[in-house]
Amino acid sequence: MAVISAQKDTQELNFRLVAEFDADVKRVWRIWEDPRQLERWWGPPTWPATFDTYDFVPGGRAEYYMTGPDGEKAHGWWRITAIDAPTRLTFDDGFANEDREPMDELGETHAVVTLEDLGGRTRMTLVTGFESLEQLNQMVEMGMEEGLKGALGQVDAILAEQDAAV
Amino acid sequence: MDRLFQALADATRRDIVARVLVAEYSVSGLAEQYDMSFAAVQKHVAVLERASLVTKEKRGREQIVRGEVEGVQRARRLLDDYERIWRQRVARIEDILAEDEDRN
Repeated sequence: MAVISAQKDTQELNFRLVAEFDADVKRVWRIWEDPRQLERWWGPPTWPATFDTYDFVPGGRAEYYMTGPDGEKAHGWWRITAIDAPTRLTFDDGFANEDREPMDELGETHAVVTLEDLGGRTRMTLVTGFESLEQLNQMVEMGMEEGLKGALGQVDAILAEQDAAV
Repeated sequence: MDRLFQALADATRRDIVARVLVAEYSVSGLAEQYDMSFAAVQKHVAVLERASLVTKEKRGREQIVRGEVEGVQRARRLLDDYERIWRQRVARIEDILAEDEDRN
């Protein structure tokens, strides 16, 4: 069992996951550090992620999109806030429109990843904090195959509202 | 110290939600329950309000706080979904790591 525990706090709106892998810390670090590996696991198989900008340094930005079965794209970005290789990574994660501009009104999540050596094996702890229920909802839709279509529809609706407001 | 404060804050918010799900309270009524200032309690209520876990309504001079059962349920459901996303990601990470072993 790779996933050891998952804790969910409905009051604070945060999520904590502990998983253990049969690989050393340096190897597990590469699944975060190397965008080609990251894009193999970040998105669901039917909505693979492509990270076309990946500046893996403190303060660096990543831009990615997920491509659906009909070629539709959902865009997102990361802001890397701290790196302590190969054991700690923190980043913010948000949505972008099709011109890759961050959609601030949807908020951002804050993630902390830590890797710990268990004598050759690795324990990975991920903590994600959400700003609001709406944003958690959006993140869930962006991460799930069934949800992505709906999430894109909502993004379109928000963009249409903005256009109408101009 | 910081951690202790965070934990306390967390416990207070939990307690506020537990109370207002059972009965409505005014913010000042809540403040009487805790060893902290009115402003501090008001801040906790604002955090909970943003998370859609409580609602606040003005009634005369008082601000009445109520628990939002649907908000709590919805948060739970969404966090369950989010957990599923990460379980799938972890499974894919395992597959990638297993390829290394095959190659060796």
